[in-house]
Amino acid sequence: MDDLLTEFVAETREMLGALASEIVAWEADPADRARLDTIFRFVHTVKGNCGFFDFPRLAALSHAAEDALADVRAGQRSADRRLVDAVLAVLDRIGAMIEEIERGVSLDDGDDEPLIAALKGEAEPADAPASMPAGSAPVSPATAEQRTIRLPVELIDQVMSGVSEMVLARNDLARRMQAMGGDCGLEAPFSRLSALLSEVRDAITRTRMRRIDGLFATFPRLVRDLSADLGKQVFVELENGEVELDREMIELIRDPLVHIIRNAVDHGIESPAERRAAGKREAGLLTVSARQSGNTIHIGIMDDGRGIDADRLAAKALAAGIRTGEQIAAMSREEKIELVYEPGLSTAEAVTAISGRGVGMDVVRANIEKFGGSLEIESLPGEGTRFQIRVPLTLSILPSVTVEAGGQTFAVPRSYVEEIVSTAGGNLEFDEVGDRRFLTFRGRRLPCISLGETFGLADAGEDAALFMILRLGWGDFYALAVDRIFDHHELVIKPLSPGIMQCGLFVGCTQLDDGTPVLVLDVAAIGYGAGIPRELRRPGIAAVAAAPAEREALRVVLLNGLDGERRAIAMSAVEQVERVAGTAVRHPGPGARIVLGEEILPLAGVSGTGDLPEWLTVLRLGDGQRRVAYAAREVLEIASLTGAVSPVEGRPGLAGVTLIDGEPAELVDCHALFARHANAAAPALSCRLAGEADGWMRSFLGPIVEAAGYRIAGEGEPADIAFIEDEDGGAAAGIRKAIRLSDRPEDVPGAGIYRYDRAALMAALLRAGQELAA
Amino acid sequence: MSAMMLVVVIAGRRAGIPALAVNSVIDLASITPVPRAAPHVAGLAALRSRPLTVIDCRAALGLEPEGDVAARRRAVVVEHEGHLYGLLVDAADAIVASRAEADPMGADPGPGWRDVASGRIETEAGALLVLDLAVLIQGVGARAAA
Repeated sequence: MDDLLTEFVAETREMLGALASEIVAWEADPADRARLDTIFRFVHTVKGNCGFFDFPRLAALSHAAEDALADVRAGQRSADRRLVDAVLAVLDRIGAMIEEIERGVSLDDGDDEPLIAALKGEAEPADAPASMPAGSAPVSPATAEQRTIRLPVELIDQVMSGVSEMVLARNDLARRMQAMGGDCGLEAPFSRLSALLSEVRDAITRTRMRRIDGLFATFPRLVRDLSADLGKQVFVELENGEVELDREMIELIRDPLVHIIRNAVDHGIESPAERRAAGKREAGLLTVSARQSGNTIHIGIMDDGRGIDADRLAAKALAAGIRTGEQIAAMSREEKIELVYEPGLSTAEAVTAISGRGVGMDVVRANIEKFGGSLEIESLPGEGTRFQIRVPLTLSILPSVTVEAGGQTFAVPRSYVEEIVSTAGGNLEFDEVGDRRFLTFRGRRLPCISLGETFGLADAGEDAALFMILRLGWGDFYALAVDRIFDHHELVIKPLSPGIMQCGLFVGCTQLDDGTPVLVLDVAAIGYGAGIPRELRRPGIAAVAAAPAEREALRVVLLNGLDGERRAIAMSAVEQVERVAGTAVRHPGPGARIVLGEEILPLAGVSGTGDLPEWLTVLRLGDGQRRVAYAAREVLEIASLTGAVSPVEGRPGLAGVTLIDGEPAELVDCHALFARHANAAAPALSCRLAGEADGWMRSFLGPIVEAAGYRIAGEGEPADIAFIEDEDGGAAAGIRKAIRLSDRPEDVPGAGIYRYDRAALMAALLRAGQELAA
Repeated sequence: MSAMMLVVVIAGRRAGIPALAVNSVIDLASITPVPRAAPHVAGLAALRSRPLTVIDCRAALGLEPEGDVAARRRAVVVEHEGHLYGLLVDAADAIVASRAEADPMGADPGPGWRDVASGRIETEAGALLVLDLAVLIQGVGARAAA
């Protein structure tokens, strides 16, 4: 979380810096629409980012400013002097808060009401301009001590290409030394130089590249919180988080992605009742995937919600005067969908705190296009919406597999390679349909394409023995026959001249260590060019219904249980695996719970105190809403469940026994696990939140307490545990245990727990529960 | 000031490339062929860490291949629209000073040549046909088809 916070601070400060001139210009001419939009985007982004963090004041301020500016944008209000002043004061205050957050000072409960009232046009902003948050010290020059610097990308590019040249020079030197043969007395310094160079190369590469899963990792939480707020159920599926791209690019795509995901959950995916009525599963599915193709990263966000209502969009555009009736009559469905990019247009009926009022898509697209990317929308009514973002990779390391066909070497981007199979094993099945060969792979018939034939080079024909199973975006597979497969490489990809790009089969070129140029294949173009069908893996109703039948083998995580048994758990249920000290486990046995970070989860797989090792491996299992932890000694591997599962009697919690790699393994029954631990075993303990008056308890504390499995008791109802405020005094009637909260961070003896000290709160809650149970 | 011209030999004929456009003249060690590329694209090579698109000038002119393409290794490296190209020539030796500005071509220099000529220039080494690099890189055949 710290990384995220640092980024948030850096990003907000950077935006504020960039805004400085805009603000001055807007002040001079409040009617300037472009400037207004820029400021509006800023407060919108800040508001959005606050969703990740506990900054109620920041969120309230930015939300109020966004409301006011939205009214101006919609023409319902004019940007008069007072409004401009109030907005400027808000920006100043946001800046001051950011400084405080960075210094690690927790934001106090300053009074922003006058400012917010001023924004609403209700009161004169008495102290508005340049006011500091109440009670904060003047901003100290502590910011000068930053441990990071920002560098222009060109500089890093320059260093990077210099290092590449050095590597080639070193290789040349190595060859010459070898040619001289034996002892030239240079070996030791040469190998030292070599090692240093490799280090520098790795370091400079790391400065730019980062795995995208760091960004993806924030999505499940985001979606969970959003869908909980909206009363929806949404599964998140993340694919290929190991794709790496420029740090800078990750920063650039963060906001657009968050926007699109918010929109998808808020507007795309329907409520469980609607989905049931439409014959879909109650829980919506949101898939976020990343794929690298040459110098482009494709990021897909796909939901199986209601799709975009093109006609309603058109009607809105008409009502808003953006298009005339004639224009709309002449528009195709695709063109109507494109209307989502029009500023100020949204199909959402209600303005929510989540995705707002149509700021989304115009801003999102502008942001993506600003750095040379593109955004495409496809939507089918009732079936879902798919967004495809393409972003360029100016200088990228492409993990690749080098292959040989027709005596020539080519590179295939590794992200496409699903598996490599060979006829040597003797268990490949082929079918001929006309001239097309099909390879049967995991129950699917995949068309075979010969790389040699495609390129008009020598072709192994039917003797082809090596196949790469390639997976294109959205689930189209084919098998590419090659002559040899060499190695995995991390290759620096370079653009090709237009003359070569024209033939459309390559995405770039790269150099092997000896400097030989190697072409990087555009496997999508080769596949589609050779006539494999485009079967968009649409999450339609039919597909969902048919899925179990033609499902590929279930992927399972194989583990050693605490009792030493080999067990398997469906991989899709496993969210995270971590090593945890045995002391984190409370109540070993059937009612065991475990503290993982800030969460308390029911723990399965542990039968008693006896078998608790000092350190154990814990798998966090999730069904999209609830989590259950599963204890194990160690995780062995990931395997495919191919054999039949035979049921076992009298072992609740086990779906059966199956053979994996010739050895028996118990398949954990996730359904029973969640049914028992996540629902029935949710503690019957109830918790009352006293001091409902200020709403803080209900809105801030309530969700955490509920998430930990406690039932919230109503006002005056007897409860097992109650949270009470410090000055509230003694425990109210009907409460067995009280937890006192303080609103001051200082550690005052006798005072309650600081109310934002989440870890202490969770610990106190757990302790109270244990004491009651005892 | 007189412009300097690099004298190259393509298909046995002399022609000139403005010396300012020339990055270097190298002998290529190896060329990686590019399947399915235009016929005049001989393949890829590398100039240190930058890829070099190798253009067979004889093929670019639309002339019949003569002798062993693989044997020709002398390449003139030029940069065009941000990409490096290696123009395969029979020979590239002398740099000469021009005596005047380039003139229109005048008489038709014959098939192939007429498309890649941007003019004629008088130099110390006599009259030279000035090659239009953009056309050479694109290939005469490609342009005719477009």
